[in-house]
Amino acid sequence: MTTLLKEPKAKKLGLKERYAHLTRGLGWETTYQPMSKVFPFADYEGIKIHDWDAWEDPFRLTMDAYWKYQAEKERKLYAVIDSFAQNNGQMNITDARYINAIKIFLTGVSPLEYMAHRGYAQVGRHFVGAGPRVACQMQAIDELRHAQTQIHTISHYNKFFDGLHDSRHMHDRVWYLSVPKSFFDDAASAGPFEFLTAISFSFEYVLTNLLFVPFMSGAAFNGDMATVTFGFSAQSDESRHMTLGLEIIKFMLEQDEGNVPIVQKWIDKWFWRGYRLLTIVAMMMDYMLPKRVMSWAEAWEMYFEEAGGALFKDLARYGIREPKYADVARKEKGRLSHEAWCTFYNYTHAAAFHTWVPKEEELAWLSEKYPDTFDKLYRPRFEYWQKQQEAGKRFYNNSLPQLCTVCQVPMLFTEPDDPTKICFRRAEHKGETYHFCSDGCCDIFKDEPEKYIQSWLPVHQIFQGNCGGATIPDVLAWYHLNNGVDNLDYQGSPDQQLWDAWMKDRGKAGG
Amino acid sequence: MAVAAIGPYEFQPKDRLENFHGNQVVYLHWEDHLMFCAPVAFPLPPAMPFAAFHDQIVPAAYAQHPDFVSIDWTQAEWKLDGAPFTPDPAKGLKEQGIGHKSVLVLRTPGLTGINGSHA
Repeated sequence: MTTLLKEPKAKKLGLKERYAHLTRGLGWETTYQPMSKVFPFADYEGIKIHDWDAWEDPFRLTMDAYWKYQAEKERKLYAVIDSFAQNNGQMNITDARYINAIKIFLTGVSPLEYMAHRGYAQVGRHFVGAGPRVACQMQAIDELRHAQTQIHTISHYNKFFDGLHDSRHMHDRVWYLSVPKSFFDDAASAGPFEFLTAISFSFEYVLTNLLFVPFMSGAAFNGDMATVTFGFSAQSDESRHMTLGLEIIKFMLEQDEGNVPIVQKWIDKWFWRGYRLLTIVAMMMDYMLPKRVMSWAEAWEMYFEEAGGALFKDLARYGIREPKYADVARKEKGRLSHEAWCTFYNYTHAAAFHTWVPKEEELAWLSEKYPDTFDKLYRPRFEYWQKQQEAGKRFYNNSLPQLCTVCQVPMLFTEPDDPTKICFRRAEHKGETYHFCSDGCCDIFKDEPEKYIQSWLPVHQIFQGNCGGATIPDVLAWYHLNNGVDNLDYQGSPDQQLWDAWMKDRGKAGG
Repeated sequence: MAVAAIGPYEFQPKDRLENFHGNQVVYLHWEDHLMFCAPVAFPLPPAMPFAAFHDQIVPAAYAQHPDFVSIDWTQAEWKLDGAPFTPDPAKGLKEQGIGHKSVLVLRTPGLTGINGSHA
């Protein structure tokens, strides 16, 4: 027997070394140009970082491992999407009214995933430390993947239902979509540290459960297996994103005491901006899911008051307190969804989705979940609208609403201590008057008025002649919205006719 | 406070008067009638007499409400930008202090919306 003498193999790198080479090993001190010129956005926000290497990577994920995991998830997701399409999964949802929540998601949320991709790519370029740069790079790719998988999944519904045909175009133009659009534009036009506080911390860490859990459990409850699957596929990414959010906050707070007041100011601002953005989720939960998961008030208590309360207790040791106006959000939780749904009921002739008066059993659910407010303040108007509709006089508000200069939501919110009075706030800047829905939005304006005097407020833009014309049909054409098809009440819509026909056929097939 | 920025940061307000082609924006709100979800906005000529505003704009906005026909206009109360206000029907909007982005709030004592629900 002959023995082959093997050359001793080169020793494989240990995990720790591999990790060091593939992250920290990618950064260096520049010599041809000063670091301040290579990283021009690192200092101007006033955040001081003394030691970038103090950054802890909680996931210790390297790029090669990242590709492997993501490719595996992608294969699974697309197998499910294919089988959903082949099995006519669209017919297994609870009711076609549910699809209107998906329309809001595709036009309002998916374009933000794409913006998040751009934002993290930008921040990843501008951070000095290699650790956070690698984390931002991965998140930038995740966000692009989320935008793509959402568009692919939802495109199946576009074959059957209206309002899903041009989400990217609508995102830039339609009046209510200026709320999510301006939220993200505000963050993306800030510096890298504020961007991460806004998106990674306030949105991903503090508020994301209020966006994703209701949408994904809503999808599961309502038979939308396609959406559930992209939700699952994004979940492990989301937990990485949440960790980045908490890490960046702790990193800034630990690096310099002078950072604390700046970070607190950003937390206050981005809590309020994120909370205002969630108004539409509140309405989706309480009104748009044929099968409800939990009420907005219950979700707010569980995910913000309890989970957020614990978080801010933990951050107290750094000198950080609960966001300003969290008490206002608490006071609004019994009315937020009702005020929002009534607004879209007023203006659904200009929206890319349908609204309706809740059915009798749905009104009963709302009375039960909101015993202090619903019967007294909101039920009477729904009953009146129902009667009007039965008489052939479906109510639409024929005038355009006044908007808040900061959040751009119509001025629908009521006084924190009086749900029967609209909350008006105003400020003067260089001789001009500006209006706000709340002290939260007014404070944000006063801190940086030069930013918000540029707000592209859809109602004022229509008046200025920048939106295709002066009549509603002109503006709808400019939005790429099919008048009489995508908009108006669910009753009598092509969506409803299609769904009713499917259900009739199903009844026949079942004998 | 100033915006933290990498260079000079000065812009014209997007909603300044001259962008509205001779009109000014006026906001209108009817208290206790939240069936209309938010105050409403109109681009109006600054010289429009208040009578025309009262006879054309207010009904266009609110005539759909069942309370509208019951309004006793002799009892109606107005607020302009937060302060009590007595409109002069013959005078133009601007002439009596209703400026660009002013808010007019109407209160109609005794009328509190559908079944008294402030809606």
